[in-house]
Amino acid sequence: MPAGTLYRGREGMWSWVAHRVTGVLIFFFLFVHVLDTALVRVSPEAYDDTVAIYKTPLVNLMEYGLVAAILFHALNGLRVIAVDFWSKGARYQKQMLWTVMGVWIVLMAGAFYPVLQHTLRELFGS
Amino acid sequence: MSTTETTESKTTDEPGGPADSVALYDVDHPAPVIEPPRKRTAKTPKASRGNFEMQTWLFMRLSGIVLVVLVLGHLLIQLVLDGGVSKIGFAFVAGRWASPFWQVWDLLMLWLAMLHGANGLRTVINDYAERDNTRFWLKMLLYAATVFTVLLGTLVIFTFDPNIR
Repeated sequence: MPAGTLYRGREGMWSWVAHRVTGVLIFFFLFVHVLDTALVRVSPEAYDDTVAIYKTPLVNLMEYGLVAAILFHALNGLRVIAVDFWSKGARYQKQMLWTVMGVWIVLMAGAFYPVLQHTLRELFGS
Repeated sequence: MSTTETTESKTTDEPGGPADSVALYDVDHPAPVIEPPRKRTAKTPKASRGNFEMQTWLFMRLSGIVLVVLVLGHLLIQLVLDGGVSKIGFAFVAGRWASPFWQVWDLLMLWLAMLHGANGLRTVINDYAERDNTRFWLKMLLYAATVFTVLLGTLVIFTFDPNIR
């Protein structure tokens, strides 16, 4: 194989892409989330009716996706800080990314039942 | 990897010896000076943007660390503990905002997350919107939405009334 003439990305680039994508998604959710919370100033019914949407199976699943995006963005953000401020950060950036992914998988496995329990109970009974 | 051998004077037979690289430049044959790529010239505009970009760079890291604690704590309370999303409703919000601690938590989270997110999107817009007009208006839209959301959220936290009905 010839020496790299084309930038093929690898861990550094793909973590950068994932950081961007998750960041933009989280920002759009945050915008919607402040709007739905603002309904507490309208009436308790308006707020409860809207929060009921968050309890439907599809949106509940999207909440698990939101948790996935936020956990990756948070953990990878700490890695970025380590790359910038720790003298050996750049040298260990790959190892830190695999650590991030390992912690992410563990936390996602742990969050599966708690986050989705509303839907799981509804679908499969308590 | 390809090696381009430009050393003219090989004075020793030992490969890789220290003598290999010494003879290229000396006092009488100095290395060419390479100009810095972004050297300031007479044409460089005087008014610079200061160190605004450095300050936002630092803000992203500092707010990021605080947000890890605030947001993950928020997710734990809202989506994980006590039945997950099932318990959330007006009464639950009223219970939490009865405490100044959670009011300050949410207010700080709102401001830091909105500013952190707005600056992130500003970077994304600057990267991908190539036409000057598009870039300008996308950022104006972003700033308007950000100011609106921050003010609305702040107003809601400060004026929340558990006995609204």
